[in-house]
Amino acid sequence: MGMKLLIGLDGHGSGERAMAHAQVLAKQIGDCELVAAYVIEWSPYSFQTQEENAERHKRREEELSTATSRIIDPAVKSLRDAGFAASGIVRHGDVAETLNTLAEEQGADQIIVGRSSEGGFTRRIFGSATSNLVMSASVPVTVVV
Amino acid sequence: MKNFSKLLLAQAAAFGLSAPALAQEAMSIDQQVNQTFAAVTGPFVNFIFAPFPGTAFPWIVLWLVVAASVFTVYFGLVQFRFFGHAIALVKGDYSDPKDAGEVSHFQALATALSGTVGLGNIAGVAVAVGIGGPGATFWMILAGLMGMASKFTECTLGVKYRNEYPDGTVSGGPMYYMSKGFTELGLPGGKFLAVMFSVFCILGALGGGNMFQANQAHAQIAGIVGDYPGWITGIVFAAIVFAVIVGGIKSIARVTEKVVPFMGILYVGAALIILLVNYDKIGWAFGQIFAGAFTGLGVAGGLVGALIQGFKRAAFSNEAGVGSAAIAHSAVRTKEPITEGFVSLLEPLIDTVVICTMTALVITISGQLITDPATGQFILNEAGGSIKTIGDTSGVALTSAAFGSTISWFPYVLALAVVLFAFSTMISWSYYGLKAWTYLFGEGKTTELIFKVIFCIFIVIGAAASLGPVIDFSDAAIFSMAVVNIFAIYFLMKIVKKELNSYSTRLANGEIRKFKK
Repeated sequence: MGMKLLIGLDGHGSGERAMAHAQVLAKQIGDCELVAAYVIEWSPYSFQTQEENAERHKRREEELSTATSRIIDPAVKSLRDAGFAASGIVRHGDVAETLNTLAEEQGADQIIVGRSSEGGFTRRIFGSATSNLVMSASVPVTVVV
Repeated sequence: MKNFSKLLLAQAAAFGLSAPALAQEAMSIDQQVNQTFAAVTGPFVNFIFAPFPGTAFPWIVLWLVVAASVFTVYFGLVQFRFFGHAIALVKGDYSDPKDAGEVSHFQALATALSGTVGLGNIAGVAVAVGIGGPGATFWMILAGLMGMASKFTECTLGVKYRNEYPDGTVSGGPMYYMSKGFTELGLPGGKFLAVMFSVFCILGALGGGNMFQANQAHAQIAGIVGDYPGWITGIVFAAIVFAVIVGGIKSIARVTEKVVPFMGILYVGAALIILLVNYDKIGWAFGQIFAGAFTGLGVAGGLVGALIQGFKRAAFSNEAGVGSAAIAHSAVRTKEPITEGFVSLLEPLIDTVVICTMTALVITISGQLITDPATGQFILNEAGGSIKTIGDTSGVALTSAAFGSTISWFPYVLALAVVLFAFSTMISWSYYGLKAWTYLFGEGKTTELIFKVIFCIFIVIGAAASLGPVIDFSDAAIFSMAVVNIFAIYFLMKIVKKELNSYSTRLANGEIRKFKK
């Protein structure tokens, strides 16, 4: 029975580092499956105008296809090229909460993320996505520096 | 501008409506706009508010009350049975995480509310209490509670029969459920009703959704900086609205969408503080509301006067049965149209039962309405149409004075809130009106632009006219939407019943389950 690792990508350098670390781990484990995940930040409790609501489905499809083609597809391809069993997921939601939900859905044994790149005001008030994930996750989390 | 007004006046005079107006040469632009407007809209207003033969009761109010009662009974008190479920839906307990990123139930509710919460809650309630006395509040609350069933029915239908276009955008509303629903049931005339509704919806958008807002926003600003001609406010507002709906400057709309809920919370918070400060009078105020509901306490028209005002202003404020919410809620992509119906039934509750009641209580407690100390009855003003108030205020000015009597600086905050509410309501209604317009004339850049320009022109007219004719026309236009909408819903409600039965069975047997633990 092999292991399954969920890699949280953010489209920045920290995601790249998480990818690199996951590959090192996977090699050591041997029989290991990798899942690359990208979460589009989205809150169901935000306020929108009529027109934004009417166009929401269209925008969502666009966001999903952009994230898939720009971030997930290249990541999955590079993992497969390196000889790993790999798949990818894009989902809307709160980053920490959604990565955790995905790990549960996928039956992942571990989540690997980069130290988050967000800074300043938001982090001081709400904490970073990474630290929120560490505090709420139901599987072990590896934070790559 | 002057020639245009003269032309309209001449036309009005030809109908024998306002001949004396021509005699006065030295009228201001505002006066001219006002007189012309009153004359042109008069017959329409008179028809909508015609009394039920042999009584003083306007037939339109009866129409709304009967509809709300029918829906309440037909759906077995759906507004109370599914109240808890509605809250769970808004919290997202039943939302599939895989659908994240679509419009949520919360967002649809918030957007629809930002279109309804506004001047109806501030100025409309003051008008109701000013004319009908505190007793109007009782009937307003009752109308709000029953209106929840009307809203539930129309919003379920709105989602069920909306149009989805290949590019992923949606259009929905009464005109779509009228034409599609009637065809589905094999009934004739759906298309005709849809066209009628669309025409009235455009008038409603220009009236209650536009002129009334512009008018009261101007009254607020003038109340603070001193009196100046209304058309100036109108042009400024028209320019900003034009920038948003034509220029596509979304940032302005986005800012208001974010500030408006905050203003709503601030308003309710301030009302609560005033009630807390005067906690010893709350019992008395409720006493006035109940006593006034059944005796009138000497207001014009007595009990019936209070009742008419209560129901009228409730309908104007929460728009239940009007059909506008059905347009707003259609954007939600849900597998179960009825869930959107459940969510929408919270609107009249928040709008009328909570916020309107707050306003009414604050006005009653503030003592702005003058009573005769000997009899405890209200004293009517010189015209005899409404209750005498301190400083002869009415509409939003009365609410402002009532809040100001406890929190001296609140009128400034209220003025800002009114302007923002007015603005967000205009943006919402420009969308409703546009949907009706495109239903009639087809989607397309030019046809849309024509409507948007007309919409902006009416802002100027609304700001320049005086409150009386504007509020009459606004009411008449919005209620005429309800005439067509409710008529259609009577035929379509069995479809909603089927959905309700199927859904409640599946909810009971666990087929529909919560995603959140």
